[in-house]
Amino acid sequence: MNTHILEVLGLKRSAGVHPPSRKLGAQAAIERSPLPQMVTLPLQQHIGAPAKILVKAGDEVKVGQVIAEAGGFVSAPIHATISGKVKQLPTVASSVTGKAVPGVVIESDGEDEWIELSPADPDKLSPSEIISRIKDAGIVGMGGATFPTHVKLSPPPEKPIKVVIVNGAECEPYITADDRLMIEQPERILSGLKIVMKALSVKHAFVAIEDNKPQAVAKMREGVSQGAFPGEVRVFVVPRRYPMGAEKTLIKTILGAEIPEGGLPMDVGAVVHNVATLAAIHDAVVLGKPLVERVVSVTGLVKTPKNFLARFGTPSSALIDLCGGSDASADELIFGGPMMGIAQPLLDTAIIKGTNCILLEKSDIREEHDCVRCGRCVDVCPMGLLPLQFVNLVKHEDYDHLPGYHINNCVECGSCTYGCPANIPLVSYIKLGKLELRKLGVK
Amino acid sequence: MDSNKPLVLSPSPHLRGKNSIKKDMYLVIFALLFSTAGAVYFFGLYVLLMLAVSLLAAVLTEYVAKMMRRRPFNLDGSVIVTAILFVLVMPPRTPLWIVVVGSVFSIAVAKEMFGGLGHNVFNPALAGRAFVTVSFAGALSRWIAPVHLMLADGVTTATPLSESFAYTLSKTEMYKALFFGNVGGSAGETSALLILIGGLILIAFRVIKWQVPVFYIGTVALLSWALGQDPLFQILAGGLFLGAFFMATDYVTTPITTKGKIIFAVGAGVLVVLIRVYGSMPEGVCYSILLMNAFTPLIDRHVRPRVFGLVKKTKKEAA
Repeated sequence: MNTHILEVLGLKRSAGVHPPSRKLGAQAAIERSPLPQMVTLPLQQHIGAPAKILVKAGDEVKVGQVIAEAGGFVSAPIHATISGKVKQLPTVASSVTGKAVPGVVIESDGEDEWIELSPADPDKLSPSEIISRIKDAGIVGMGGATFPTHVKLSPPPEKPIKVVIVNGAECEPYITADDRLMIEQPERILSGLKIVMKALSVKHAFVAIEDNKPQAVAKMREGVSQGAFPGEVRVFVVPRRYPMGAEKTLIKTILGAEIPEGGLPMDVGAVVHNVATLAAIHDAVVLGKPLVERVVSVTGLVKTPKNFLARFGTPSSALIDLCGGSDASADELIFGGPMMGIAQPLLDTAIIKGTNCILLEKSDIREEHDCVRCGRCVDVCPMGLLPLQFVNLVKHEDYDHLPGYHINNCVECGSCTYGCPANIPLVSYIKLGKLELRKLGVK
Repeated sequence: MDSNKPLVLSPSPHLRGKNSIKKDMYLVIFALLFSTAGAVYFFGLYVLLMLAVSLLAAVLTEYVAKMMRRRPFNLDGSVIVTAILFVLVMPPRTPLWIVVVGSVFSIAVAKEMFGGLGHNVFNPALAGRAFVTVSFAGALSRWIAPVHLMLADGVTTATPLSESFAYTLSKTEMYKALFFGNVGGSAGETSALLILIGGLILIAFRVIKWQVPVFYIGTVALLSWALGQDPLFQILAGGLFLGAFFMATDYVTTPITTKGKIIFAVGAGVLVVLIRVYGSMPEGVCYSILLMNAFTPLIDRHVRPRVFGLVKKTKKEAA
């Protein structure tokens, strides 16, 4: 049917939700946080195989020194983020999965002594040299998904990349890290973009920014007009609608193409990189600097919301103290945004490569009622799924039927749960369903 | 932050919207107040008495049912909606004991026996009406002309859709009477205007979707016109507006997707005209919705949104 008719009838999907923005730290310039006395570095800060440890207790390390090497192709090395002595090798809880992972604790010598860096001129590097510098720097997707970046830059020959999308949507409420980075350091991001375009020999790029960040749009447009790129770069203002920053939604909005179920952006000839990742690529390729720090927003119920440039392994409690402490009503610590972020059990949980936000909140746990079939979850699902059906099936332990409703297409954005009038934690049911399916070995 | 207390660990999303079942239900109750006030105005204070009796019976039944099922009783408003709707679809001089029977049936049988709010297959108010209509046909066959706030018993009249209905005034005057509600009929169904006000409020607050009343009423207009009836008369007379805005839009008993809701509305519209034109009953709104309620699980099974990124298999691949 004609799409215009479908739109008029309300049958064309403009899914997603409009949670309040609450960008509290939007005007707070990025501050370098003081070096921590001690850092805790889990050996799994990325999707894929855990890194393999190279140091032992008592070793002296410098900033940028590899302390664990990549455990496979889909993996990334971990570098020391402060100089000092390896104090112990404890088992720590992952701030993403909650599972026990090996970690390294380094005690600072207060010197901040770096390894020798080897700068390079990206124009003189071959694509494979660029990719290996990115790989060695331990760069992973810094929007939160932490997929190793060099893998995204090594597509199989039958799936050539034609367009690079720079993800500056930052659609989650509260988070301002990417916004500040775009306002303050657009040249780093655009240098990273240039490198990626060269590595993939791509001629087109889009910088996607939600319309609630006019300052960032202006700065990035200015940077694009002044830079020399190996192709055409356009800054694309996308409407504010959660989850705009999700890869699938973003590609659909900009290119009009849908990534097939179970597929990757490369299936539609695209690759998406977060702005922070591109800045890190610039550091790695141009300066030879491995990934040891990132911009993280500390926001929510803190006295003064701020954006910090902080070393990985810094305990969140230290950053919260730098914001003047938390409000008495706060009782939940979340890494990431309020929609997809993960609640942490300990106040001193260390930040890692994917931690874009430390959010203090008053928990909002509501009594779950029976579904009244209002259909709001269906209307808002960006993946065109029937979220309520997953709840029914999981409640009845009828896991076999979950794939028929395309459960694995769910991106767990939380839009369904956000708007549910019966307070049903749909995402939790869906996660449980996916877990049970994996146990059953159903793909 | 109290450092002595352990941190709360709740699943994502940590941010929740402002929707709640209570809010939806109380908005529906608010939207129904216009028609309810109209019912009292047109058919007298006796309607208030019916309302009080229906509400009392419904709430008590819900309480007892929840106790028997060992479930918490909380007044989420749905029971009030059912109790009000039930009165609005009944003749304005329904004996109070029948109001009690219908109200109890609505809650106890049509709703709680199926598992309570969210699990019922049929619209409770309409199921209650259907039950008492077939059980006590004689006692419910008397309709009165509007009495305007009087407690008086009123004059027996023919409802617009009955065969004996004849209008003496001009056609325009008749449409006017039907639109404003100055005719005989069920307590809350006569004034299209008052129903429209409430319905538009619900659409504005996104409690219901505009597609349902538009397709329901539109189908009735089109099909009755095609069958040689007066379409304007067909949509204004009887309970179509009340059904289209307040009962075909019930969350629980209608399809979940917008596409499904449109199919439901069109199906109900076709049934209304078929019942009115070819059936033995003068009015068909109640049964059209109840019948489509029965089709809802089937519609939901086959009408689904298009899954993102689902590639249609070409014939070659499928083979």
